[in-house]
Amino acid sequence: MSDTLIFAMEVTLNGLMAGVLYALVALGFVLIFKASGIFNYAQGVMALFAAMTLVGIMDGQVPFAHLINAIFGTKVHHFGWHVPALAAIALTMLVMIALAWAVNRFVMRFLVNTEPIILFMATIGLAYFLEGFGDLMWGADIKKLDVGLPQGINETIDEVTFGMFGYGFFIDNLDIVASIIAALLVAALVAFSQYTKQGRALRAVADDHQAALSVGISLNFIWVLVWSIAGFVALVAGIMWGAKSGVQFSLSLIALKALPVLMLGGFTSIPGAIVGGLIIGVGEQLFEFLLGPALGGATENWFAYVLALVFLVFRPQGLFGEKIIERV
Amino acid sequence: MKLKLATLALGAVMAAAPAMAELVFPSLSYRTGPYAANGIPFADGYQDYFTLVNERDGGIGGVMAKVIECETGYNTEKGVECYEATKGEGSLIYQPLSTGITYQLIPRASADGIPVHSMGYGRTSAKNGKVFEWIFNYPANYWDGASIAVNHLLDLNGGDLSGKTIALVYHNSAYGKEPIRTLEELSKKHGYDLSLLPVDHPGQEQTSQWLQIRRERPDYVLMWGWGVMNQVAIQEAANIRFPMENFIGIWWSGSENDVLPVGDGANGYKALNMHLPGSDLPIYEDLKTYVYDKGLAAGAGDQAGSVLYNRGLYAAMLAVEAAKKAQEIHGTGQITPAMMRDGMEALEITGALMEELGLPNFGPEFAVSCDNHGGSGLGIVQQWDAAAGTWNQITDYIAPDAEVLNALIVEDSMAYAAENNIAERCN
Repeated sequence: MSDTLIFAMEVTLNGLMAGVLYALVALGFVLIFKASGIFNYAQGVMALFAAMTLVGIMDGQVPFAHLINAIFGTKVHHFGWHVPALAAIALTMLVMIALAWAVNRFVMRFLVNTEPIILFMATIGLAYFLEGFGDLMWGADIKKLDVGLPQGINETIDEVTFGMFGYGFFIDNLDIVASIIAALLVAALVAFSQYTKQGRALRAVADDHQAALSVGISLNFIWVLVWSIAGFVALVAGIMWGAKSGVQFSLSLIALKALPVLMLGGFTSIPGAIVGGLIIGVGEQLFEFLLGPALGGATENWFAYVLALVFLVFRPQGLFGEKIIERV
Repeated sequence: MKLKLATLALGAVMAAAPAMAELVFPSLSYRTGPYAANGIPFADGYQDYFTLVNERDGGIGGVMAKVIECETGYNTEKGVECYEATKGEGSLIYQPLSTGITYQLIPRASADGIPVHSMGYGRTSAKNGKVFEWIFNYPANYWDGASIAVNHLLDLNGGDLSGKTIALVYHNSAYGKEPIRTLEELSKKHGYDLSLLPVDHPGQEQTSQWLQIRRERPDYVLMWGWGVMNQVAIQEAANIRFPMENFIGIWWSGSENDVLPVGDGANGYKALNMHLPGSDLPIYEDLKTYVYDKGLAAGAGDQAGSVLYNRGLYAAMLAVEAAKKAQEIHGTGQITPAMMRDGMEALEITGALMEELGLPNFGPEFAVSCDNHGGSGLGIVQQWDAAAGTWNQITDYIAPDAEVLNALIVEDSMAYAAENNIAERCN
């Protein structure tokens, strides 16, 4: 087997893993869009906020410490305790639920029946608010996130592929864990929407707000629920990406990675987000491997969008998106 | 009526009285946005040094220094707005703290007659004072950095790099591309192979670049990164088990922020620096007495001793020394931006001066002149000790290859002069 083919196989596997991480971010967008028709621009910032909160709780950091110290002349920074990762994740989830409630109570409920563009702009405002609020609450420094996830080369895959091809493949343990967690997350979301009362109510709201209201489904509750689930997905994405790069402002930019995935997979489909993520992940990595050197490299960012646009030519609603038919 | 008249008279007297003399030093900082973690320590160090000078020495030559901070968010447009908003305040010198902002300010500040100091960033060929009258980039620039890294590798390889391969992982921007020409020229001279690996902004995803490094196994990797790109690159290098001692970053890829998130994996990573890391310096005793203990520290007061805090201190120290030189030349405490420029052009940083300032051996010795606005270009190599959580200086100050660099600087600056109709000075 030629070296190029062996390397291409390694690149493809890594692309699949990267695609899972993209899909994790895209999932949050899909959930909110399906339930409320809102393209949540703040999803990336929610991932950042969730990761900052998680690290802050784990490290026993005093929230708003800089503000408190500036006003009262104190010097408080830490409570002096360390919270175990699982407990911190649970507490962070409570914070994300509180955020979901606040978003619905103070922003979304005043915008019912407004144009989608107004709702979109409200989420832009929310993104900027959360950026500043997160900094104020937890500080702008780069934080190390260690929830015990394995990281580094997977020895087994390295040895097995070395035995087969004379070249050991590099697969990051963190990416493998991320793939397993993403699979579990999708299975849980599908089970929730298919087999629970709240899940069915969520699907009803997604299909038709007014019809759902007329049969007694609380729109407020469903919106808080869906923003909470999106917050949970943001937390998972924040943990995975934060473990790679530390928790810092740039985490909010991972939303940019989700856009081509959404364009390709469709804004309303959970399987679409997964398949779209995988296609983008593999596509951009293979393109960079095969043609990147001839084009000066760093092709990943723009190629993802080109790939999505090519798909749109043939499937304007995305691979799994709902076809919009309007009769006049 | 009498009371009204008295109030008016008092107001008139106050208006007529000369304003309290101050030397204004704007600080174009970024405490918010994607690079805030790096902007905060620099801004704190810059401000704390001026506070120290005011509190300990009663200002510069008896005139108090005033720092005006303007938030750029590391955004070029906002940086230009900050310049326009503060230049009328009597601003003596600008530290744009961004290559993008520096490029925008070069023509503006030159036209306004206000000096710009881009320390270790900005337009490299601004070193040529014959063309760039108002722009200074001492003590070192990007091309110096590239040459220092190669000279360090030459030292490690008995002066011979032929047959070796060096990969450059760089931010795919004007900043990241700066060292390419220098490294290409040096590869012709020393016989190493150079491979180029661009990383798109922000640099959160670098799988393909590091898979390529794993496949091609270069002997050394150099990095011109910024922000999240640095942490991800160091993490990926640790993941593929690239020998960290063979991985060297420029001085903008060598702060605590870049290595701490990676934990033990970052141990042994090297970076260049134009000044010493750490707080084991006499000046910190003065800072404690006159700034920290008095509750006057800038920001949250939690950045002392970090690499970028020291860089802020260093930038402020160089500004203060240039202001002193300007006062000496012109025989007045209340200097203007044009006088400040003269002071910068006559600046001489000696070992004795740094010792006197409580900063022994902190930076390289250098002298600025009419035709050399870039100083000596010397830098050190520092290495990260993950267990101790400290950067350690592992080389003395290393000189760049002036023979190769000077030719490149003349070529680039003369092209700029021709494009902009600038007549050579210093003749």
